[in-house]
Amino acid sequence: MKFGVVIFPGSNCDHDAHYALSRNLGQQVAEIWHESENLQGVDAVFLPGGFSYGDYLRCGALARFSPVVRCVREFALAGGPVLGVCNGFQILCETGLLEGALVRNQGLRFICRSVEVLPATADSVFTAACEPRRPLRIPIAHGEGRYVADKATLDRLEASDRVAFRYRGENPNGSARGIAGVLNEGRNVLGMMPHPERACDAALGSTDGTAVFRSMIAAWEDARASHAA
Amino acid sequence: MRPEVSEEVALEHGLTAGEYLSVTQRLGRVPTLTELGIVSVMWSEHCSYKSSRLHLKKLPTSGERILVGPGENAGIVDIGGGWAAAFKIESHNHPSYIEPFQGAATGVGGILRDIFTMGARPVAVLDALRFGPPDDPETGPANRRIIRGVVEGIAHYGNCIGVPTVGGECAFAPCFSANPLVNVFALGVFRQDSIFLGAAQGVGNPVIYVGAKTGRDGIKGASMASAEFDEDSDAKRPNVQVGDPFLEKLLLEACLEAMRTGAILGIQDMGAAGLTCSTAEMGGRGGVGIEIELDRVPQRDAGMTPYEIMLSESQERMLLVAERGRESEVFEVFRKWGLDAVEIGAVTPDGLLRVKHHGRVVAELGNAFLSDDAPLYDRPRTTPRRTAPLQGPELPGATGPELLAGLETLLASPDLSSKRWIWEQYDYQVRTNTTAGPGGDAAVIRVKEAGVSLAMSLDGNARYCALDPRQGAWLSVAECCRNLSTVGAQPIAATNNLNFGNPEKPEIMAQLVEAIEGMGEACRHFATPITGGNVSLYNETLGQGIDPAPVMGIVGLQDNGVPPAGPCFATAGDAIVLVGGVLPGGTDSLDRRFGSSQYAASVVGQTWGLPPALDPDYEAAVQETVRRIVRRGLARSAHDVGSGGLAVALAECCFGPQRVGATVDLPSDWPARQALFHEAPSRVLLSVDRSDLREVALVASGLGVDAPSVGETGGADLAVRVSGEACFAAPVDELHAIWDSAFERQVERP
Repeated sequence: MKFGVVIFPGSNCDHDAHYALSRNLGQQVAEIWHESENLQGVDAVFLPGGFSYGDYLRCGALARFSPVVRCVREFALAGGPVLGVCNGFQILCETGLLEGALVRNQGLRFICRSVEVLPATADSVFTAACEPRRPLRIPIAHGEGRYVADKATLDRLEASDRVAFRYRGENPNGSARGIAGVLNEGRNVLGMMPHPERACDAALGSTDGTAVFRSMIAAWEDARASHAA
Repeated sequence: MRPEVSEEVALEHGLTAGEYLSVTQRLGRVPTLTELGIVSVMWSEHCSYKSSRLHLKKLPTSGERILVGPGENAGIVDIGGGWAAAFKIESHNHPSYIEPFQGAATGVGGILRDIFTMGARPVAVLDALRFGPPDDPETGPANRRIIRGVVEGIAHYGNCIGVPTVGGECAFAPCFSANPLVNVFALGVFRQDSIFLGAAQGVGNPVIYVGAKTGRDGIKGASMASAEFDEDSDAKRPNVQVGDPFLEKLLLEACLEAMRTGAILGIQDMGAAGLTCSTAEMGGRGGVGIEIELDRVPQRDAGMTPYEIMLSESQERMLLVAERGRESEVFEVFRKWGLDAVEIGAVTPDGLLRVKHHGRVVAELGNAFLSDDAPLYDRPRTTPRRTAPLQGPELPGATGPELLAGLETLLASPDLSSKRWIWEQYDYQVRTNTTAGPGGDAAVIRVKEAGVSLAMSLDGNARYCALDPRQGAWLSVAECCRNLSTVGAQPIAATNNLNFGNPEKPEIMAQLVEAIEGMGEACRHFATPITGGNVSLYNETLGQGIDPAPVMGIVGLQDNGVPPAGPCFATAGDAIVLVGGVLPGGTDSLDRRFGSSQYAASVVGQTWGLPPALDPDYEAAVQETVRRIVRRGLARSAHDVGSGGLAVALAECCFGPQRVGATVDLPSDWPARQALFHEAPSRVLLSVDRSDLREVALVASGLGVDAPSVGETGGADLAVRVSGEACFAAPVDELHAIWDSAFERQVERP
């Protein structure tokens, strides 16, 4: 499978995603520059963490106007899988591909910590390979990761089974209803604050993050097999 | 000649009358104002090391792994397989007192530029911090403001640029209330064949300015860092630079990419003294001259004078020399990253720094005159002044509850409580290399490309150094190397940050010299040459100076595949081994040496006497023992016994995620208080699978090291006896709660 890792000025988890996908998971990876007008024929897009465009104005606010995000939007609307992590999640909310917003952590401090998240649905290309009810140990590292949305939106997300992950135990940033990741209506776009790419290597203490990527790879292989058949 | 410069103006610039006379004599004329500005920063303590240079020569600087020693932007060591690591520590003490957030943030930015200017990609930051006590009734509120600002500033810059802050250390004393110390260490990795140096070469080659535009911020920052503070220090706020980590991230990527074109011949960051220092040093190192036209320098403000442009310390700027004819390749890269890159001048054969403005020469000074001819002082010194008594109070035998209360006081003290509140604000994982992060004895990052790991530790103890600077420096080097040994790493090279008061005071100068000499002896002993560092003097406010506070940063090499052994007990039923024994270094003047302990400072409430004794050969043997045991996978955990002595170290060993308790009996002829809280060096606590105990004992005895088995892990309590006599048994959960919550509570108070 060929993943595209988008690089904005200020992205800083692009290298980590590249390494996890290519070395830990053995997949092909294309680097896609923010000025790019096409996605090099990738099968999935990864929007990495960092501080795109310096997070000037608001986290992720400027990235939505970049040429590459126009392509990503079209790709997502056509059903292509898009995963945004941390700043990538913020960008997906700013572009309107995902509902809700991410604001400053309760407590107002940046937090880097390994937390436990529970997959809240198995019905997505990102979570199908997660064992039900088994928490994943994945790090967070953000200052603005508190997920907020109005009550109607939160109710709608839950009613349509679009909460992908919830924090288990402590809610580190005060997110509404403990939400750590959400899906779009088409279930092909996921935004999450925890960094699965940081939990793909036993040397770093956890390989739980691979479940997200293994789900994506399995879904892609299934689609290809059924297409061939 | 211009009437604008006189001796009076020179004095205002921080030059002495003698220095000014020497300037006029060597120039044969009165300098222009721009020239005076240039000379004053180049000859400042911060840039010229005029008080310390003579003594820094006593430090060992060479070794088989040293590729580049002191004098460049950072030292470089061979880490094997064609790979190298560049690292250095640097202070940003003065700016952090005036403006904690920006002062600390730009401290991170500055040291990172020192690393990537050599061609290395920065992969780790550590910081050594010193503050006034956060819980002091009088200075506490100000101290807390400084602590919060500094930590937030480091977090802001490091997190945004994407370099993990993987460790460090933090200590507190009243003398740091008005003189906080912010020492930032950074390390980068690269191929040995792509090292870039800060030397201009090739007459006629273009001199190119890249990065942020020049503004009026930070003018004379280097001079500020070369003087004491007084009541008007708030007025120096404009001297503090403002950092933009996003811009530096672009600069970092653009510089590394531009270096790969092969068109860059020399490169240097613009740090202290900005354009002045970078042009003079690049010309000086290359044995050539540099001529620049200031009209071409990208400027943020209108109407800047040559003086302001040359002395601005605007951040995120670099100067480079490219090969004539290939400039466009360099410009191309910087355009891609949206950065200014402008040819502002050229390399000349005459060895002069020539500065033009509107086509007119406004400064013309020899590079050698600016750097080599800078003043060099052998400042008078006495012996270090003793500020604490040699003899302490009589300490009667302590009861069990008193010993437990002492432990709890130490665990809640700012110095020894958990610093999680600090390091959780740092992204310590980005770049996915961190295999041992903050909170342990040493930080470890893997170098994916090279198949090795690098361990790093920063250590310094101002309390020891105040009592005996030479011995204090020795102990810092020993502790740093011991910390690296606990993760199985071999110490290979060092960097140092020398934080002292006003060197014009003979007793301060004595501290500086004693500490340098002690450090030099210790670095020779442990085979860790010093590849560079930083000297920060004049850490004084209103005549109140800091305790001597040298900080060591040492890098160790670890083969990948060394089994991970954290500092904390991992499972119940393991044997606890105390490598080194209960009181190595002997019990000679133990009562006096106990006066330098954290127990004396925090529980007794005063310090006295001498630092702990150290037997350098025994220390080296202990370290080798621990390295061998850890590398062979015989240790389930390994933790250095440091501040707070054995009692605190044992408690810390219980504070892992599993909160494994322990039952311990320490064989000691000394009173329980000293056995539990004395800070003798050369000790490491291991937990070992019982079946490996014999092998562990063999390794130790083979190296002549005492390694008694002192107890067993397991249970919910930490139960401690000394020579069979019960001292206390306390629930680990309760001790942990005290240790884990104390600092946050102290520092988050309004």
